[in-house]
Amino acid sequence: MEEQMFDVEEAMPLNPVESFLRMDRMPHIWCPSCGIGTTVNCFGRALETSGLDLDKVAIVSGIGCTGRVAGYLNLDSFHTTHGRPIPFATGLKLANPELKVVVYSGDGDLTAIGGNHFIHAARRNLDMTVICVNNFIYGMTGGQVAPTTPISATATTAPHGNFEQPFNLPYLAESCGAVYVARWTAYHVRHLTKAIKEALAKKGFSFIEVLAPCPTLYSRRNKLGDGLDQMVFYKEHSEIHHNIDTKTATLDFQGKIVVGKFVDKERPDYLTLMNEHYQKKFGDKYTPYKG
Amino acid sequence: MKADPKGVLTGSHFLDGDHACSEGAISAGCRFVAGYPITPSTEVVERIAERFPLVGGVFIQMEDEIASSIAILGGAWGGKKVMTVTSGPGFSLMMEHIGLAAMTETPCVFVDVQRAGPSTGLPTQPAQGDMMQARWGSHGDYAIIALSPNSPQECYDLTIKAFNLAEQYRVPVLLMMDECVGHMTERVIIPPAEEIDVVPRRFYDGRKEDFLLFKPDADLVPPMVKAGDGYRIHVTGLTHDEKGYPHMSPTAQAKLIPRLVNKIKLNADKIIEYKEDQVEGADVVVVSYGITSRVAIPAIEQARKEGIKVGHFRLIVAWPFPEKRIQELANKVKALVVPELNLGQIFYEVERNVYGKVPVTLVPHPGGTVHNPQEIYNAIKNTHLGG
Repeated sequence: MEEQMFDVEEAMPLNPVESFLRMDRMPHIWCPSCGIGTTVNCFGRALETSGLDLDKVAIVSGIGCTGRVAGYLNLDSFHTTHGRPIPFATGLKLANPELKVVVYSGDGDLTAIGGNHFIHAARRNLDMTVICVNNFIYGMTGGQVAPTTPISATATTAPHGNFEQPFNLPYLAESCGAVYVARWTAYHVRHLTKAIKEALAKKGFSFIEVLAPCPTLYSRRNKLGDGLDQMVFYKEHSEIHHNIDTKTATLDFQGKIVVGKFVDKERPDYLTLMNEHYQKKFGDKYTPYKG
Repeated sequence: MKADPKGVLTGSHFLDGDHACSEGAISAGCRFVAGYPITPSTEVVERIAERFPLVGGVFIQMEDEIASSIAILGGAWGGKKVMTVTSGPGFSLMMEHIGLAAMTETPCVFVDVQRAGPSTGLPTQPAQGDMMQARWGSHGDYAIIALSPNSPQECYDLTIKAFNLAEQYRVPVLLMMDECVGHMTERVIIPPAEEIDVVPRRFYDGRKEDFLLFKPDADLVPPMVKAGDGYRIHVTGLTHDEKGYPHMSPTAQAKLIPRLVNKIKLNADKIIEYKEDQVEGADVVVVSYGITSRVAIPAIEQARKEGIKVGHFRLIVAWPFPEKRIQELANKVKALVVPELNLGQIFYEVERNVYGKVPVTLVPHPGGTVHNPQEIYNAIKNTHLGG
């Protein structure tokens, strides 16, 4: 019998996000039902409607599962060292201010090894968008405890359960001076897409925390089911509270999840402050820095 | 290409080595510096902070040396000539990004004003204890270029040279100063801008569709682009192919890493610079660098007065090491003497290239001050006597 020829690729409608991806690098390394890919999808859709010139958008990642995002996006993309995407992005932005610089990395990368850079970039109000995919664990290295691991959750380096208080990242970002702070989960794809679009349009340090399932190393170890079970959990346990006091946006192990846009305010960014300051100081002798 | 006159302070100045380094950077076209305060290097960034606003540069004091050392790499991919400045403890923190710069072929200058270590050591006092760290400090195989000035004038001149080499070979270049050279004040002549040679960035000028970010030219160095130019580049510290994409295989490793080393190794003759004084016909040659090359002079002169034929070989480029010339000297002279402000670093490199043909004497010093020239003289005399 003659085999029926059916070209699957031809029959499939083009995913609108594909043009933002390096399709020649597919398949990606992420596990089935990992949440990172969902966030990348949202990022692509946000870019699509952002009106940004994509030749002027640069993405910087650190190391880890989310650190691989830079490598899959069809933008000027930099995969740097562990914990250091923010200072790399700082240099990139200051050297070439016409770039829209996005840092896309994980919770361990940005808030443990890179915590110092995170707080200082927010303090300086550097014009960059930081997207932190928080899966509560070190995924790439096999499931170690992170500064975001909830109390009582277990990890390979906290086999008897974590007893350290985790970071409340929105509170940290706001208190350091971020002008835009939001938290969503991988379930909230429309909210997240909108938040990324808003953050990209913001001048200054914008921060989005995205809670995402790590089915292989966090959910399985903690007997929380697979990625789908986690998405159901996010759906059922998330409460949207815009503009709440970020101090109250703490996360407990499998407790209520407060999501929403918490901060959206104006504050001059680093280069604006620098130019204004030197113009005041030097008058006509100073040429405003534009890169 | 000649230097941009904006910022070139042509004239005769009375500057310390740190300030001369700052002026060298500005003359070379450096317009992005990230740094973190550390003695005895701080004066370099202080002068940069003072001067940069009116020459169109951006200086940022980062939160630590790790941040400084990667901020400059971001700055380089943003299109600027970049530098960071530090001393021992900060230099240790920067090692990972010297590796990233080597791996991603990012042109950049690291200045290390060496102080006595290890650890906090003697923050305000000199040493030359970071010479091997400069060469080997980051993990894995790679090559860098390191320069060793011995005066404020050379701090100016060699900073320009450091930038030029960084651009020519797309490699981190390390300016290995020491506390004495950094803090001594002498006359520094800054020439007119039109007399200062500056190597521009090797920007790609071929067809866009043929572009591969890490496809090398004949000299093994690939041309560069910057973020925002529309090439949608990918730059990673992972082992990568010519497109810049991660390639996790021994084959990709075997293609990339030897090239990173060979682009310096095979161009070494063009990079290497040293200065010789009465080396021809000498029985003993003193091999030195940095401040120690000046401390050695009275010792050499005293020995010459006593009729000993002493030559002086001074490293200006420390890495790549002038292997061939040391091998030649080993066939000509009877002994070599290596004074340095450490307990033996460049000494081993000299000894390795001598192949046991003649004795090589180390004149060690743990740092904190410079040698007493008498120690160097004694070593010359003893080795001359066959002692």
